Amino acid sequence: MPELGRAALVVALGLTVYATLAGGLAARRRRRRLALSAQNALLAAFAATAVAAGVLVAALARHDFSFVYVAQTTSSDLPLAYTLSAFWGGQEGSLLLWLLVLTGLGAAAVAFGRRAGQDVLAWVVPVIGGVATFFALLVVVVESPFATQVAPAEGAGMTASLQNPYMIAHPPLLYLGYVGLAIPWAFAMGALLARRADERWIVATRRWTLAAWAFLGVGQLVGAKWAYEEVGWGGYFAWDPVENAALMPWLAATAFLHSVMIQEKRGMLRVWNVVLVVLAFALSLFGTFLTRSGIVASIHAFAQGPIGVWFVTFIALVLAFSLYLLFTRLPQLRSRTRFESLVSREATFLYNNLLLVAFCLTILWGVLFPILSEAIRGEQRTVGPGYYNFFFKSFGLPLLLLMGIGPLIAWRRASLRALGRTFLWPLGAAIAAGVVLLALGAGSSPLGLIAYTFSAFVLASIVLEFARGTRARRALGAPTWPAAFAQLVAHNRRRYGGYVVHAAVLLLVIGVIGSSLYQTVREEALRPGQAMTAGEYTLAYRSLDERDSQNAQEVRAVLDVSRNGRNLGTIETGKNTYPIEQQTSNEVAIRSDPLTGEDLFVIADQIDPDGTVYFKVFVKPLVNLIWIAGLVFVLGSLVTLWPDPREARRLAARSERLRSAEA
Amino acid sequence: MTVALVLGALLAVLCVVWVARPFLREPEPVDDTLAEPEARRLALLDERDRALGALKQLEFDHRTGTVSDEDYRAAVGGLRREAAEAIRALDALDAPPSERKEVALVG
Repeated sequence: MPELGRAALVVALGLTVYATLAGGLAARRRRRRLALSAQNALLAAFAATAVAAGVLVAALARHDFSFVYVAQTTSSDLPLAYTLSAFWGGQEGSLLLWLLVLTGLGAAAVAFGRRAGQDVLAWVVPVIGGVATFFALLVVVVESPFATQVAPAEGAGMTASLQNPYMIAHPPLLYLGYVGLAIPWAFAMGALLARRADERWIVATRRWTLAAWAFLGVGQLVGAKWAYEEVGWGGYFAWDPVENAALMPWLAATAFLHSVMIQEKRGMLRVWNVVLVVLAFALSLFGTFLTRSGIVASIHAFAQGPIGVWFVTFIALVLAFSLYLLFTRLPQLRSRTRFESLVSREATFLYNNLLLVAFCLTILWGVLFPILSEAIRGEQRTVGPGYYNFFFKSFGLPLLLLMGIGPLIAWRRASLRALGRTFLWPLGAAIAAGVVLLALGAGSSPLGLIAYTFSAFVLASIVLEFARGTRARRALGAPTWPAAFAQLVAHNRRRYGGYVVHAAVLLLVIGVIGSSLYQTVREEALRPGQAMTAGEYTLAYRSLDERDSQNAQEVRAVLDVSRNGRNLGTIETGKNTYPIEQQTSNEVAIRSDPLTGEDLFVIADQIDPDGTVYFKVFVKPLVNLIWIAGLVFVLGSLVTLWPDPREARRLAARSERLRSAEA
Repeated sequence: MTVALVLGALLAVLCVVWVARPFLREPEPVDDTLAEPEARRLALLDERDRALGALKQLEFDHRTGTVSDEDYRAAVGGLRREAAEAIRALDALDAPPSERKEVALVG
């Protein structure tokens, strides 16, 4: 039924155009029914896009190769889960997913965003409608997922490396993050269009921003896990431009989440917050563009393919529109309050913001430089990991330290004497940890030693905050210590959920430092019967086995593993060959130690016909903390996102007061 | 193909009806204008909420020890004043016009 898919997309396009034009007119002329009608158009656009998505899912499930998209991204022997995940495996499908998520989130944000006020909300609808119109135009005019052909006997299949469970979840999670950032941007623009400089748009979109940021963060970790297990080079993040594409908006959104707290609590940084939300959304569009345009692989793909031009034009329009509004509303955005002290919570948030944005822009320059170099001078240049690692260290270490300092400093101002007392325990813990780590040999990497010492400081400050807060709650009448702890979190989910997220970042840092700066790498060619060592591990190459799976031929080297003479069992590493896709993938062996968080990571780099295998072995201490960090991150995000009935009541009372005043 | 086109047309009709619903439900509304909150009231509500929130946080941070006695004493007076001023100004806005002058004079 490709015609139904096409018709549904044309209807969706008409509805998004209507939401933009009618919504704009309603907001300008202050027409209530027209505003509601535009709002309904956004919801109807979601329904129409969902129908189109349903048609594509049905075509994928039926292996209907008369759909060009289905034939290009799947084959008849592809397992069902991967077949369905082809929805976002190709360009047309992922653009359709963007539109689906955008119209869905947009309609929901407008329906639940009453706190922003009718005047702001009336402008949000045409802003979201405008973005949705762009994506609807792309799937209707430029990259239709419903192009048809005479069905071939077999499809081209799916890229081998995408046939991994993590790849089923990674793209939709990232898209929820990318698209989710459109919501706070749309509300910020709505507030500027309505000439409202108050905090209603921030309050109304707080949870949407947090959710988008959390999805983006989790999506990146799932992608890192996929790279670690599937790509088979021994790492999880390589500063690849497409990886950077997701990291940049996340960094900008992280800065935004911190700086909005200053606006909410002090009424300051209004302009800066709009700049950050524009940056985060523009970078999310840029991320989609980088991933989908093929510009990174070849500048000529950009010149030839139409989608790149569309995206560049749209990003330019978004930036021009946002900056025009920002500059014309500057007088209303001016804050009446000033920073009272450079030693205050808001000052540490500002330092954190400057470092995050500087890091984000540094990465952006690293991504843009090769593109601009090729476009302007015709020279092919690359920016390697050395560039990124330098700035990661330069900005990352102070950021890590600030993560421990911030929670210990009071809002507005803090006297140095009070700071001395507050910092005593975390500083003591950091120095003690540094000495112990030095004694254990961590000095082999000075950077690692510094990072771990800072981590101890942050951990101690988080523990101290929870301990002091729980004690205070107990003194306020909580019957038991667990009840005091529960009350502490429940009374300020944002603050204490934030600390849990900080703990997740800490675990991530510890895992990254351990697995990169303290890893062991060994390479050796072995014939069956021979053995090699890596750190405390011994690997004996037993045999080479061959077998067939549903859609691949598998070759596996079988190795007996022991550690300090103790037998740990057998592992298998090798390669898969996919005949339809005509591709080969590395299938690595990973043996995790749940007690230490260490991984033994084995790659069969090359397999010779005589059975000789060139093994590459990594021993990665603490690497599993990275994945545990993901779970803690989700927990912290959920705590922060969980509705707070007290806050809901306060905001409801405030809205009621506004409504009764309007009446 | 015919079935697909019929379904597409049906979808379009349903969407049009849904979009036109506000006009169908209220063909002749008493009031068709969007409510606009008063800027002054919004600003005062923001000021009040900010000051009360900051006071609450300051009290708790003082109790936990994050804020010293000295820093607490330096901050609490100003915050109480800010909250009281915002509340007084809001009350003055809500007062009947005949009482506004008096409240303003007292304030």
